Amino acid sequence: MEALLTNLLNGIAYSLLLFLLAAGLSLIFGMMDVINLAHGSFFMLGGFVGIGVLGLTGNWWVALIGATVVVGVIGVVSEVGLLRPLYDRGHLDQILLTFGLALILEDAAEWIWGTSPRSLPAPELFGSSVNLFGAIIPSYRLFVIVVGLTLAASLYYLLERTRVGAIIRAGVSNREMTSALGFNIPLVFAGVFVFGVTLAGFAGFVGAPILGVYPGLDFQVLILALIIVVIGGLGSLTGVFWVSLLVGLTQTFGQAYFPSSAAFLLYVIMALVLIVRPEGLFQRRYA
Amino acid sequence: MAAPPKTREPEATESPTRRGMSRGFAVAVGAAGVILAALPFVGGEYYTGVFTEILIYAIFALSLGFLLGYPRLISLGHAAFFGGGAYAAGLVATRLEIANVLVTLAAAIVFAALLAVVIGLLSLRNTGIYFLMITLALSQLVYVVSVQWQGLTGGSDGLTGIPYPDFFGLFELDRLPFYYFVLALALGAYFFLRAVIGSPFGQALIGIGTNEARMRAIGYDVRSYKLVSFVISGAIAGGAGALWSYHTGLVAPGDLNWTWSATGLIMVIVGGSGTLVGPMLGAALVWFLDTGLGVYTERSTMITGAVFIIFVFFIRGGVVSVFRGIGRRINARSGA
Repeated sequence: MEALLTNLLNGIAYSLLLFLLAAGLSLIFGMMDVINLAHGSFFMLGGFVGIGVLGLTGNWWVALIGATVVVGVIGVVSEVGLLRPLYDRGHLDQILLTFGLALILEDAAEWIWGTSPRSLPAPELFGSSVNLFGAIIPSYRLFVIVVGLTLAASLYYLLERTRVGAIIRAGVSNREMTSALGFNIPLVFAGVFVFGVTLAGFAGFVGAPILGVYPGLDFQVLILALIIVVIGGLGSLTGVFWVSLLVGLTQTFGQAYFPSSAAFLLYVIMALVLIVRPEGLFQRRYA
Repeated sequence: MAAPPKTREPEATESPTRRGMSRGFAVAVGAAGVILAALPFVGGEYYTGVFTEILIYAIFALSLGFLLGYPRLISLGHAAFFGGGAYAAGLVATRLEIANVLVTLAAAIVFAALLAVVIGLLSLRNTGIYFLMITLALSQLVYVVSVQWQGLTGGSDGLTGIPYPDFFGLFELDRLPFYYFVLALALGAYFFLRAVIGSPFGQALIGIGTNEARMRAIGYDVRSYKLVSFVISGAIAGGAGALWSYHTGLVAPGDLNWTWSATGLIMVIVGGSGTLVGPMLGAALVWFLDTGLGVYTERSTMITGAVFIIFVFFIRGGVVSVFRGIGRRINARSGA
């Protein structure tokens, strides 16, 4: 029973990290029709840059802000310098470009921080464990859960209840019409891209004490995020949320109870969903 | 051009210049074949090894380039066929101890073709990004099976000790004979796919790639056409996988992993999708960036990434477009 609760809470914390990563990918995908294969790289960079800033300042919270800002700036540079000229091109060019960017970022990280896995400590405030119904839970996991849920709720509010959110939703459902109504689509695109990438960097830093940081993490989380976005339905935030939980919990419980077939389970789910419901589990609401 | 914007009408595939260029390509491939056949007499054993690898890459890229360039199916699961063929050949060679090249190669091609039938039937109902993702999911299932089914596949260690094949015990296809064997198969695959594209079947595939709805409206059974092209492509990739297992002497799950599928896609795009020569040139370039460059610098990955980005911005249409430009200039000068 205690083990079940531990796995459940660990699984939820992990799922919410996946959500923060996949939410940005889904928005970029749904709105800009861009397959960003470098999205996982920004997650990885969040961890690496955070470790660097922590080494310089010694303050975990400063490192969190520093990592998020630095990744955001790299996002701005990537959008303006590389992606913007490419919006009218096909998927193949985008795949080539973002794959190239992912290779560069991975090799740069390897160059600066080396190939061996690094770890990031949890902040002192959440360094201990709490006893919850007999299960020993590291309090940092609870912190991740609270932060993840708060961000998910804010994102939902932002997209559903604000003017900016309405413009983004309109852009997802019909880019040309939104542009014709006089909204500055390139600016909105840049905003969505940088926002999504910054969220990934933030998630990478917050996830580092749990997942570790190493070159190769980028592609590992990218494939999970891609799976979530496709199963959830492109551009659907609600879909991404529930499917993140599905994938995160499947992985956590799979590894705990059927370690040999955890990966198998994930791909079976994805294949089944795509065969039965090609548009994903949660169809885009504003299609 | 890699993928034209959806709104613009694609250029006519059978325009006279394009047809002339295509004939030019065939001549160029023939000439390259002659040069490569002479290579062992000029270069050392090292270069035969290098070109054996490049040619196997080229066959793999060719099979994917056929799918990408004509019916315009972007698959991210092609490693399943390459790796599946490699495992089939490796299992026949090591477990059944049959080294006859006709048997092991046929096993690889047939197995990859069957795998392509199954994956094709499940995935071809979907289009675009959904097709890409479902081919990814299904090929990753094959990958996980290869890791987990240790009794058959050797798990993550893979199969080792795969011998060079022989021909009915008459002679062994090792090193130099193997190089010629691979060269012959690469040329064979190129001219075979060229003939396929030139046939009415291939013209229908081009039509499907250009405007699927229109082809369906005319009355073509679009899904069957796609499935057949998918199986042809998978079978050739399986053959390439078998060659790879002979060459390296081992098969490992990495041969089935999605990163190898992605590498194949990159070869096609960098080389120039929409042609058959492009993917082969792309394969050579990717081999160089992947393996060749590592000898000179530790930062080969970064250089590879930069090269990809340079291609997107400055060499649209891939390596093949550079050659096309040169060909055009020669034509213009000679007044043709």
